[in-house]
Amino acid sequence: MTDTKNPDQIKATVIDQDSHMSIVMDDMTGVSMEDFAGRESVFNLSDVNVHYGNSLAVKDVSLDIYKNQITAFIGPSGCGKTTILRCLNRMNDLIPSARVTGSIKYHGEEMYSPEVDPVQVRKLIGMVFQKPNPFPKSIYDNVAFGPRTLGMSGNMDEIVEKALRDAALWDDVKDRLEDNAYGMSGGQQQRLCIARAIAVKPDVILMDEPCSALDPVSTFKIEDLMMELKKDYTIVIVTHNMQQAGRVADLTAFYSVVSNDEIGSRTGQLIEYDTTNKIFSNPKDSRTRDYVTGRFG
Amino acid sequence: MATLNSPLPKRSQAAALGARAVTESVFGKASVQLKVKNLAFYGILLTALTIATLSIAAILIWSIVEGHPRLDLNLLVNNPSSISPETAGYRPAILGSTYLIAGVILFIVPIGVASAVYMELFANRAKWYNRFIELNIQNLAGVPSIVFGILGLAFIVRGPLSLGFVVAAGSLTVALLVLPTVILASREAIRAVPSSILEGSLALGATLWQSVRRQVLSAAFPGILTGVILAVARAIGEAAPLLLVGAVTFVTFDPKYLEGGYSALPVMIYNYAGRPQEEFHTLAAAGILVMLLLLMSINSIAIWLRARSEQNW
Repeated sequence: MTDTKNPDQIKATVIDQDSHMSIVMDDMTGVSMEDFAGRESVFNLSDVNVHYGNSLAVKDVSLDIYKNQITAFIGPSGCGKTTILRCLNRMNDLIPSARVTGSIKYHGEEMYSPEVDPVQVRKLIGMVFQKPNPFPKSIYDNVAFGPRTLGMSGNMDEIVEKALRDAALWDDVKDRLEDNAYGMSGGQQQRLCIARAIAVKPDVILMDEPCSALDPVSTFKIEDLMMELKKDYTIVIVTHNMQQAGRVADLTAFYSVVSNDEIGSRTGQLIEYDTTNKIFSNPKDSRTRDYVTGRFG
Repeated sequence: MATLNSPLPKRSQAAALGARAVTESVFGKASVQLKVKNLAFYGILLTALTIATLSIAAILIWSIVEGHPRLDLNLLVNNPSSISPETAGYRPAILGSTYLIAGVILFIVPIGVASAVYMELFANRAKWYNRFIELNIQNLAGVPSIVFGILGLAFIVRGPLSLGFVVAAGSLTVALLVLPTVILASREAIRAVPSSILEGSLALGATLWQSVRRQVLSAAFPGILTGVILAVARAIGEAAPLLLVGAVTFVTFDPKYLEGGYSALPVMIYNYAGRPQEEFHTLAAAGILVMLLLLMSINSIAIWLRARSEQNW
């Protein structure tokens, strides 16, 4: 046995115990950031700054996001966690005033270089939004829209069924695939959005507070699903809910707001990025400690 | 009082009365004034509705009463005649109006929807020219139709397009007249589609064009059709601009798109109504019913399409 533990093996035991309620933090002790160092990373961010017009929204974010891990972004409102998340599939391109500088590499390729087509980026990097946003169509058409639009080959019924099964939704909806998606519960709608995202076989799934509009039972179903999905996908999740980060994330990045009263600006900053266990039990920065113990934010 | 007639035992009745007394002592009695105000408000709403309905009913009833002697097949298939009003019909005018409206729809749907998509989804409102365009379209919706007639005469019949006095010129003129209606209604419909739908589609790797066409426009389709219905209803009844761009009041041959004279229902109705003989007045009243029938058959297609695609939000 080597000294370094394999984070995957440890997580696997956690899942086997079927106790998503309490991620057994003790099991993660001993896994440190160094254990991830040699692993395959999906994103490498270095010195990323995001401007909206003339104001600097997020400053100097550098971090690596590892393959088949769940990485959580936590922090108070306005800390830039969602902004950084939306940089990862170039959704910020849709805001005309947004400007991204620094380097974001996706599997070693510069994502913001001029020859990269943002549409191609979004094919590989899917996104699930804060509020469930199914299309005003049938459940079937919601899932089939992506594969059809991207011209994916194969039997559409099979593609839809597979995506719905992978999103743990098949048994709920198999008898009403032609019903309007708006007739589903909020939790089912969000799982439909996940099914829709995985139907196009992405590499990464970005989740922007996917459970903030959901009840606890639906939240746990989605968290279960995320633990399942990370076998095949890399997941980055923004969450307001620290317990959620504690339950699902392997790695956690804590962002905070640095305000400059002189010029009246508020800029988000990455304060600390480490294993979830470390962030919650023994953070390096006092601001992280204050936040995770509930003293501010 | 209802409570006194109810089959409750005496003690329960007393209890019910006591409970009411307690409630009233706490909340006070519902004031008579408030009830009167509520009734008056209800009355005003009802009166407004009645006036609106009555005027429509009056037109319909008058047209039926006046026009019923001439409600026969000749009305639809015969050419007009100044000699025998008993058998004269509206054939060229019905065809003229149909051609006209077909041209209007072909013109306003693509141009109206494209303009609305640009203004809702692409235009940067910080730019002065986008605000200028927006202001102008709102103003255009309120310009009197005769002004469009003059525009059509100067630029479509004569001027750069030089189409001459033909159906196509009439179509274009009326289309310009009702275009703002379609643009405004389409914008409303597009705005009502949550932006999260567009984002969701883009996040799947669909292009902007695919997302707009397959998600935004398909969701906005019922609202856009409503705009088209309103526009067609206005277009079919327009006489003033048509008179300027060549619709003649009396033709006895079927119209062609790009050559020859043409007529339209409102223009021909105007012609008949202005004649002294009583028989022509009957013919004019019957013509109004023909026009309403044509409008209803065009709109019923649109309403059927809309019902088929209606989504629940």
